[in-house]
Amino acid sequence: MDILVCVKRVPDTAENEIEVNKSGSDIERDDLVYSVNEWDNYAVEEAIQIRDNVGGTVTVVTIGDDESEEVLRREMAMGADSGILVSDKAFEGSDGKGIATLLKAVVEKGKYDLILTGAQADDGAGQVGGMLAAMLDYPYASLVNKVEVKGDALTVGREIEGGNQEMNEISLPCVLSIQTGINEPRYVGIRGIRKVASVEIPTYGPGDLGVDASLVGTAGEKVKRLDYFVPVLGEGAEMLEGSTEDIIAKLIEYLKAKGGLK
Amino acid sequence: MADIYAYITHKNGVADDSALELLTAAKKIDAGAAVTAIVTGAGDVDKVAAEVAASYAKVFTYKNDALAYPNAEVVRKLLITAVPKGAILLVPHDTFGMDLSPGLSIKLDAVFLSDVTDIEGVSGTTLKAIRQEYSGMVSTHVTCDIAGGAVVNVRPGAFPPDESKSGSGAVEDKSGTIGDLSAKRKFLEVVEAEVGDVDITKADVLVSIGRGIEDQDNIEIAQELADAMGAVVSCSRPIVDAKWLEKSRQVGTSGQTVKPKVYLACGISGSFQHLGGIKGSPFIVAINKNPKAPIFQVADVGIEANIVEFLPELTEAIKEL
Amino acid sequence: MDIHSFFKYYIKIRKGEQEQNMENALIAPAQYVFLFIPTIIFSLLIPIIGVAIFAYIMALRMAPLAKAAPDKRFDQIPQRIFNVLKIWLAQYRQPRYRTAGIVHIVIFFGFLILSIRSCSLVIIGLAPDFVMPGFDGVIGHIYNVLKDYAATGVLIACCIAAWRRVVVKPARYAVPAKYGKDHTAEALFVLGLISTLMISESLFEATEVAANAKAGLHVEFLAPLSLVWFFRLMLMAASEGVLQGLHIIAYYIHDLTFFFFLCFLPLGKHFHVITSLFNVFFMRVRRGNIKPVRYGIDEDALDQLESFGVKKIEDFTWKHLLDFYSCADCGRCSDNCPANAVGRPLSPRFISIKGRDTLFKNYPIYPYGAAFKKSEPLIGSVYEEDEIWSCTTCGACEQECPIGIEYIDKIVDLRRGMVDEGLVPQSLQKPLKAIEKRGNPWGKMEKKRAEWTSGLPEGVTVKDITKEPADMLYFVDSITSYDDRMQSIGQATAMILAKGGADFGILGKDEKDAGNEIRRFGEEMLFQNVKQMNTEAILESGATRIVTADPHAYNVLKNDYTGLPPVTHISQFIAQSVKSGALRLKSAQDNKVYTYHDPCYLGRHNDVYDDPRAALDAISGLKRVEMERCGDRSFCCGGGGLMLFYEPEEEQRMGVLRVEMAAKAGANVIVTACPFCLVNMEDAIKVAGLEGQMEAIDLSELVAQHLA
Repeated sequence: MDILVCVKRVPDTAENEIEVNKSGSDIERDDLVYSVNEWDNYAVEEAIQIRDNVGGTVTVVTIGDDESEEVLRREMAMGADSGILVSDKAFEGSDGKGIATLLKAVVEKGKYDLILTGAQADDGAGQVGGMLAAMLDYPYASLVNKVEVKGDALTVGREIEGGNQEMNEISLPCVLSIQTGINEPRYVGIRGIRKVASVEIPTYGPGDLGVDASLVGTAGEKVKRLDYFVPVLGEGAEMLEGSTEDIIAKLIEYLKAKGGLK
Repeated sequence: MADIYAYITHKNGVADDSALELLTAAKKIDAGAAVTAIVTGAGDVDKVAAEVAASYAKVFTYKNDALAYPNAEVVRKLLITAVPKGAILLVPHDTFGMDLSPGLSIKLDAVFLSDVTDIEGVSGTTLKAIRQEYSGMVSTHVTCDIAGGAVVNVRPGAFPPDESKSGSGAVEDKSGTIGDLSAKRKFLEVVEAEVGDVDITKADVLVSIGRGIEDQDNIEIAQELADAMGAVVSCSRPIVDAKWLEKSRQVGTSGQTVKPKVYLACGISGSFQHLGGIKGSPFIVAINKNPKAPIFQVADVGIEANIVEFLPELTEAIKEL
Repeated sequence: MDIHSFFKYYIKIRKGEQEQNMENALIAPAQYVFLFIPTIIFSLLIPIIGVAIFAYIMALRMAPLAKAAPDKRFDQIPQRIFNVLKIWLAQYRQPRYRTAGIVHIVIFFGFLILSIRSCSLVIIGLAPDFVMPGFDGVIGHIYNVLKDYAATGVLIACCIAAWRRVVVKPARYAVPAKYGKDHTAEALFVLGLISTLMISESLFEATEVAANAKAGLHVEFLAPLSLVWFFRLMLMAASEGVLQGLHIIAYYIHDLTFFFFLCFLPLGKHFHVITSLFNVFFMRVRRGNIKPVRYGIDEDALDQLESFGVKKIEDFTWKHLLDFYSCADCGRCSDNCPANAVGRPLSPRFISIKGRDTLFKNYPIYPYGAAFKKSEPLIGSVYEEDEIWSCTTCGACEQECPIGIEYIDKIVDLRRGMVDEGLVPQSLQKPLKAIEKRGNPWGKMEKKRAEWTSGLPEGVTVKDITKEPADMLYFVDSITSYDDRMQSIGQATAMILAKGGADFGILGKDEKDAGNEIRRFGEEMLFQNVKQMNTEAILESGATRIVTADPHAYNVLKNDYTGLPPVTHISQFIAQSVKSGALRLKSAQDNKVYTYHDPCYLGRHNDVYDDPRAALDAISGLKRVEMERCGDRSFCCGGGGLMLFYEPEEEQRMGVLRVEMAAKAGANVIVTACPFCLVNMEDAIKVAGLEGQMEAIDLSELVAQHLA
């Protein structure tokens, strides 16, 4: 099975304190560290495991600047066979739909039986996989936490509310967005990345993909981000005092307001 | 202003809480909108339709055996024809909405707004909304042109439900308009989570207990509160050490990393290993008998109390709501 | 007496002895004829066949060693000879277990003494008048008495050992089902062999002495109350025929048993009888450090290596394979292993036993000419992932092993192999990645690394050594820099340094995690990375000495880094400053009872035992008790560094056991000198439900409280 996994380089929320810059135009990026989006890492591990079971190839693709090559190398160090970097000035600022448009062009340039994305990214909207599938007219399943190959089809489990699992049969080719916890991604250290440091990674630009420039980049942006701001949060604990009834009444008010009661 | 539709999710013949929240969101887009609810399904459709008809201006029902389980691929196929060009469709951003909406927006050639937590309004054909990024650490204002229609996924719980019951009660059976519903994805079954196999990382509300629970028998107290709140019980390391709860329930650097909206830290002092497992700035309520417990420094609301006494009272109060 | 006349005298005595020996009442095995067969044939065949089989077995046993990874064990010869004299010959570590140790020492010295007698016996089978060169005079007589008592002692020791095996059954000998079959039968069998050797040797001699005595010939002096002495007493009544028969039978039983035993040794745990001498000679000489990925490959050439660490059995170094052969299965390592004590899936003894069994299986000695088996990956077949991650690298096992078997380097090599294969628990991947990105396992921002200094009292300033030169660099390390609770250790350390008159500064955001656990968890390249960055920063700072309050940083900077200024631990600084008068401490104002918990990386790995105690004792009036496990037998708190992020299955926490030990010693304050110990102790006090009765404090905090 030939598998394409779409990955993204994102600020690592586990290792960053995300703050908004002074003008509110962006988050403070000076002290950020980046890594591959956590969900995408699970998707790559799943692709590798499928390949190791049934044969085939794993290709990882990302859209971004030159620095995004780093995440491709990390995923190749995990075991992906090849990488594709989609990069051009014209692609910068693409929204989810723009990204899906570019990925569609990548898919059509190759031949893939299965396309995996992460279910979401910390700086995204969890939309690219579904859009890409619709553009390709492929079936789609999101939040996938189990994949089993059954000939020309897959049995996939989706994580739904209450920790339950929705089982589906889905025909190939298809697009799946992968949920964390589906597997245990293998560790990649500096050594692994150095081992694939010299592997050639092709860069696709507008000429290679033949996409309409008006559909991608800022030109094709349908949803515009105006600013960033920090949601208002309390400073330290507000100690609830008074009689137990008073405290409980106040607490319930808070719980209701914060979505703590269903 | 464009027509506004709301997709109603339901289970066991009862509409989801999001049904009325979508109405609030719709009215934030257009206060005077006559919002149409869409109810799809097989047996339960009429019952659900009657329930939401009290609130919505119109209810369209689509009954078909293929819609018995909300398979997003099938529902999407239906909605492509059911939602007119240029309309705004509101969908709850739950596991179904995430599955449905991105692809639907492409098929409808409409813009897609994902996981909206608030709507500021519409000026001209520009919709302005609020979303969160980076696990809720920052929020952003986003705008989009809704002239060509929009699919808006609304975060469950972000909008208060519209309890005005100002609906007309009109239910229209549109089952006759249903076209081909064949899909390349076939729903098989729902595998229920095993007891004791709860994924605390996905819970929105956690009742988390620590050593303050004192005794294994008291775990029940926390479970009862969690049941009343619709929450899940998690814990700190000592509880797992004592084998009172399984390891999968442990929050912390060595346990699970959780991203709830609300975190009730009951009898947890708040070691850094524990706090390291809580991400995404949830609303933290700390209940501890030690006023100097470090958890109070990071909590939003603090209560100085013995949880073994306090929690049952809280449970009672919530049950009475 | 000049040498010439001595030689003459020697010849004379020898002649005399030989003449005496000629007159024996019994026919020697070399001259005996049994059913027309001269038994000398057996005297010849048994040794030849025995030595041939032994040589064959040994050649196969050495085969994997030849294929193993290189090791560097021919350096520091004087130290190695010293180790052999102290640990092998003087059995220095044996009495740490009193009864077993004494029993072993008796058997060990008995073997040493009797090896001469056994060798000469073999030759006597061919040449009845043979006497070991040098043993035909006074020395010979003294030796005879010695060996009589030795044989007696060994036999008694064997009985005690057998009684321990059968009746006492010390827990450390038990083999849990998951690790294989019980070893008692093998142990008893060998004790039987040894006893047979002792009895047959004594009987051989006793029959001859008895016969000679009865015939009124020369009688060799027998050590009173020795085994042979008793035998002679019993045999005085026997007829000459019986004595002759017994004499010959005893001889050949001894001969057969001797060569059987020789060939049996390399088949099991008694291989140590042969290998221990070499194992001790080659044992680790340096402490605290970790072996390079591969000896002979420079750190900057590591990229050229195809594979890292140990994946299959031959990836171990030859010394590590020799360790497997040498393990006597005594269980002392596991008896002291904290991981084993809390029920983690690790027992160091079985790291060795399972390794040895794998070697035996892959290099079969039977049938003759059997092909070597292809080596399978060790992880998943011989060792389990959790087993290998369970080790805190506390070093208690290595400290205890009477024959210098190493575990930490093996565990680290196995981890290197797992890291290379991507087999890293998810809970460890996050901190490792955070260190790669941010230089600390929590992924906190670099610029906040010095934020702890904002909590310092007025008058105490900490220089940023990257901007302002200072004589001394305080290496804070990650946990003290970032953890709210542990920051107080940093503040206390700064106060002590300031009061002690040190001109010091910190690296601030330029400091990375020192990497003690990064290396010990097998992520060598990441370790090399932080090491390089820290080394550059430290050297650039111009500091002439380094101080740290974190024993893990202390250890790695001192033992794994190279080319740095000298490193001291804050406890050493305190002890020295108190001695020189630079620091003065107030007396204790409480009635608490303190006990000092030796951090593994300060004590066992670096021998810093006395300075922290001296620092405590400098607080006059402080009541201090020792726990039963202290000094080099200190019990690990649960492990530091990355161990905080990994929790194997365990029945209880190490820290809880440790806190209970402190309570048993009558203490109500545990003083540690390591932030990780403090984390674990404070947690353990809560878990053990001892809040209010027990507290934990860092030495630096305690001293800072008592600064005069």
